[in-house]
Amino acid sequence: MSTGTTKLNVVVSDVVPVNELVTRFHFRRRDGELLPTFSGGAHVVVEMRDGNRTRLNPYSLMGSPLDTREYTISVRRDDAGRGGSLFMHRQVKPGLEMVISYPVNLFSLDLRAKKHLMLAGGIGITPFMAQTSQLAGAGGNFELHYTCRTASLGTYADVLQQRYGNRVRLYHDDREERIDLDRLLSSQPLGTHLYVCGPAGMINWVRDRAAALGWPPETVHFEHFAAPQPGAPFDVTLAVSGKTIRVGEQQSLLEAIETAGVDPPYLCRGGVCGQCETNVISSDGKFIHNDHWLSEEDHRSGCKIMPCVSRFEGKSLVLER
Amino acid sequence: MAAKTIISRPIYGTLSPQSGKHHLFIADAEGALAITDMARKAPPGFFDGAEINFIPGLEGKHIAALEALKPAQLHIAPSFASLLPRLKQTLTNAHMGLRLYLAGTEGLIGQAMQAALEAGIDHTSIETEHRGSLARRMQCVHCKGITENVTTQPALCSHCGLLLLVRDHYSRRLAAFQGVCINAEDRSEVPPMEEIFR
Repeated sequence: MSTGTTKLNVVVSDVVPVNELVTRFHFRRRDGELLPTFSGGAHVVVEMRDGNRTRLNPYSLMGSPLDTREYTISVRRDDAGRGGSLFMHRQVKPGLEMVISYPVNLFSLDLRAKKHLMLAGGIGITPFMAQTSQLAGAGGNFELHYTCRTASLGTYADVLQQRYGNRVRLYHDDREERIDLDRLLSSQPLGTHLYVCGPAGMINWVRDRAAALGWPPETVHFEHFAAPQPGAPFDVTLAVSGKTIRVGEQQSLLEAIETAGVDPPYLCRGGVCGQCETNVISSDGKFIHNDHWLSEEDHRSGCKIMPCVSRFEGKSLVLER
Repeated sequence: MAAKTIISRPIYGTLSPQSGKHHLFIADAEGALAITDMARKAPPGFFDGAEINFIPGLEGKHIAALEALKPAQLHIAPSFASLLPRLKQTLTNAHMGLRLYLAGTEGLIGQAMQAALEAGIDHTSIETEHRGSLARRMQCVHCKGITENVTTQPALCSHCGLLLLVRDHYSRRLAAFQGVCINAEDRSEVPPMEEIFR
């Protein structure tokens, strides 16, 4: 059960290939009304009905929060993933009726900031598309540093440079261009907030350097939706509902729990929001934690798991569900 | 020691050294001891990037103890009002990575925090430690005047003269506790005045 959100019945109004890996999808409400208001950094969970299988993947809204006639998301094709992005790329066409969640923002701007310093890596650019639109409309002070592999994979880099000129700085991996992070972080005026979205390695690097250079944790915001990773199947006992289930290779633990008819709370399905946090009653084996919610201590304790993205290898696992 | 009574009543911690290269300390009177206590836990070289602003007060103690920490700068000020222009200038020119440490009386912590909030520092990012007097800065809700160093309950507004109940209700924006008329119905009713914020 999605916590605190209701569903939106939408129709795909446009599908636009952006580059060799990324495609943009536009959604409008089927009843023609305006979509709910959102703020920059918000995401929606898209329901993908693929035969008898339903996948629920979170995607950042990338359109301007000032325009709610449509929602837009950009999906990077992941050929090695569990198939959600491939489904979007191959099967979603204009006119298809889909269901998405209400927008939820776990990566919002702190509007008390004197300045917003944004660091994007790859497809992590999408929430910043919405945030920069929001800030630019209100005269906000921001600066965006965007790292991409090559110029042709710099999704929306051209749009951003056209819109914001030298407030956007690009770094191309293939040209050996690197962010001088320590210098960047040490030269920001007091009252700056830092936002980072990109691969896990980039987020960890930026958070570590910011902490070492004296940025208070309250000023460092990050979002990384961990896609549930495929893995070896494993069995789980749900103690509260008295069921034993098998989590398939391409299935997340949360999806397996839902398939068994148990309805745990969820929100982001990407290891970020904390809603589906589940207590472990007993275990004999190894946890594969992939979330950004639990503390390292929680991970080590083996007492909690985030079933949306994390897995288990071993003899037995009993959960309080 | 301040106890949490209502949600706005500030509580203070114990100074602890934060990571980063620039450390700005503001302390008055016995607040200096919070800094010297913290110095025992600080990594070597910590005070090389530290500026200490100290208001010794009438007794004029603890200056030598702060000098012994060999901070990059030690500035002695006769009052918070005389320190404020320097503090504002420092905060205006500062970069992210500056960490702020406030130690001493509630009035000092509150007013320094007020300047820091205006400069964009979140109150949760500031290290604080209460030492010394519990005297309060109080704003009269009726005339809006602020009375410094209130030690009694009730207390007299130094601006409009109303007798005020000093509440735990605190404003970070004003750096003051709220004072509300205690005998609005009948001014001839004058409750006894006790010295409780020492």
